[in-house]
Amino acid sequence: MSQSIHVPTMAEMAASGEVPEILFWVGCSGSFDDRAKRITKAIVRILNHCNVKFAVLGAEESCSGDPAKRAGNEFLFQMQAMQNIAVLNGYGIKKVVTGCPHCFNTLKNEYPQLGGEYEVIHHTQLVNELLADGRMTVSGGGDFKGKRITFHDPCYLGRANDVFEAPRAVLEKLDAELVEMKRCKTKGLCCGAGGAQMFKEAEPGNKEVNVERTEDALEVKPNIIATGCPFCNTMMTDGVKNFNKEEEIQVKDIAELIAEAADLL
Amino acid sequence: MISQILFILVFATGIFLFARRAKTIRRNILLGKDVDRSDNRSERLKNLILVAFGQSKMVVRPVSGILHLLVYLGFIIINIEVLEIVLDGILGTHRLFASTLGGLYDVLIGTFELLALGVLVACVIFLIRRNVLNIKRFHSKELTSWPKSDANIILVTEILLMFAFLSMNATDALLQVANAGGAPDAAHYLAAGSFPISQYLVPLFDGLSVNGLVMVERGMWWFHIIGIMAFLVYVSYSKHLHIMLAFPATYFGNLNPKGYMPNMEAVTSEVKMMLDPQADPYAAAPAGSEPQRFGAKDVTDLSWKQLLDSYSCTECGRCTSVCPANQTGKLLSPRKVLMDTRDRLEEVGKNIDLGVEETDGKSLLGSYITEEELWACTTCNACTDACPINLDPLSVIMEMRRYLIMEESKSPESITSMFNNIENNGAPWAFPAADRGKWIDELNA
Ligand code: SF4
Ligand code: SF4
Repeated sequence: MSQSIHVPTMAEMAASGEVPEILFWVGCSGSFDDRAKRITKAIVRILNHCNVKFAVLGAEESCSGDPAKRAGNEFLFQMQAMQNIAVLNGYGIKKVVTGCPHCFNTLKNEYPQLGGEYEVIHHTQLVNELLADGRMTVSGGGDFKGKRITFHDPCYLGRANDVFEAPRAVLEKLDAELVEMKRCKTKGLCCGAGGAQMFKEAEPGNKEVNVERTEDALEVKPNIIATGCPFCNTMMTDGVKNFNKEEEIQVKDIAELIAEAADLL
Repeated sequence: MISQILFILVFATGIFLFARRAKTIRRNILLGKDVDRSDNRSERLKNLILVAFGQSKMVVRPVSGILHLLVYLGFIIINIEVLEIVLDGILGTHRLFASTLGGLYDVLIGTFELLALGVLVACVIFLIRRNVLNIKRFHSKELTSWPKSDANIILVTEILLMFAFLSMNATDALLQVANAGGAPDAAHYLAAGSFPISQYLVPLFDGLSVNGLVMVERGMWWFHIIGIMAFLVYVSYSKHLHIMLAFPATYFGNLNPKGYMPNMEAVTSEVKMMLDPQADPYAAAPAGSEPQRFGAKDVTDLSWKQLLDSYSCTECGRCTSVCPANQTGKLLSPRKVLMDTRDRLEEVGKNIDLGVEETDGKSLLGSYITEEELWACTTCNACTDACPINLDPLSVIMEMRRYLIMEESKSPESITSMFNNIENNGAPWAFPAADRGKWIDELNA
């Protein structure tokens, strides 16, 4: 049951002299990719449901620069970073939540040196906080009863920044069975999209990385593969299709699962 | 007396060769660019103690981890025995510590023997793992020819050294008995030490005359110490250097979150100038600073820490065995990246020694590492996480990508369009920036 939601931009808020509790950094996937947009909407519904005073940058947001940096283009990265920092600092932003682990990593670790110092969290951390603080509850898990969920650790959330527990704590709130893949947490295998791979064909080899990773997931016979990254989502969705399992196995972001459980979609 | 002189000669030669080699390695490492790793002493010390001394990351893989721990402990503790051998050699004494240490000496020798057996068994298992069992990380392309022999030579040498140590003790024990029985040729073999392991070797030497025993005992003693000196020198030319360099490599390791990739300061000043028309164009470059190459084409463009990593790498392949690119059949192997870095650095060092001017026309990127390898990396950090001594092959890969892009503008076509899109629309895909907020309208549609 979705209700009409107002998503304020920073420009609007600033015009009426308001300050948000947190800025939602949507990211390029979340803004443009049809599949990832559904994740963005789920995050927004959660924020709205919990009465979190948030805003987005809208057209003023620009690529964080992560794919440029990891492809070796430090110039382009820093251009993007400094322009974004100018916007963020202009609005006096203090706290940011991102819908993408790559943005999360870049804003959190690489912006401070360039003058952008914010408290940056990933949306799975925010959802975890909201649940822990009782700002939202999931009604008994609803549709998830008896389902097997496995969580694929995004490299830039997990290994890169040691966020392993928040997404799992969120999933545990669902009335489902959380099953771990053989390679998980610090040992989690990449989905194959990082380091700008998302934007190019893979080099010659004997397998696609996302297929290898999907095999890990299939081994634990899940009903749902949960992710926290729009790139991982794409890669795992393709992987599941590769095995013709899209009827049986869903690939969903944690935000979508929680929004669904809380009946927000 | 002659044997003392001979001993001192052998010992001094070993030390000299090792010191000369150490100096070369140090010089080579310092060919790297500066990077500040003097911060955060306490955390660095903690890593040194836990990761290097404590081998906390080795035991992640229990079988090889525990066997390695055995060899490592054996290596360190048996060195006390080597001290005695060296002093005996110089002073012309026999089992110098026996009289001073008394009962403790027996305990020590007993412990050394147990450890020696442990090392021996571990090395045999290691040999089997490497050569008989089909363990993938020991059979990759980069681990054929020399690297493979290198590993085997080390293991066989360690086995021989341990065997020599135990045989020396076994014959010594027999000579002690002979001495007690009044044999004049065994006069200085006083009862000392306990031999929990070498007693089982006694039957091998039982039939020998006292003179024969003395010959074997002396032979093993010499073999042991010459072997150790030769090993010391050999190690400095081998992947086995990690037994020394693992300590500085871990101490100076990366302390930032793994996801952080350092921002290039040289770029920061240029970008600031580009974004600010008012900026003073001369403020960015401090007087006398040479224009630097962006990224790395050759080893001298890397940092000293990266070069130290290359010498410290023990070619275990834990990094490569978890690399998503390598596991799916791509050319990239993080282990090979560090091995290539070391091999090229050695080559550059030799050129300097030979007085070859400037360039030999080769470079790390191109002559050793191909673009195809570099582009296969997903920057997932599995390699840096898996490395038991916190080495960072990923940073070397990234420096070369930087060189390709910023110096040569070479990238796969789709990467070039990704750059163009970011530059023009602020997104890696060709969507107009104005559409960034479209999802908001869709939300309530
Ligand atoms: S960071 Fe690159 S080299 Fe290292 S494991 Fe991942 S893909 Fe392989
Ligand atoms: S980099 Fe580390 S993990 Fe990789 S081969 Fe060298 S020592 Fe082993």
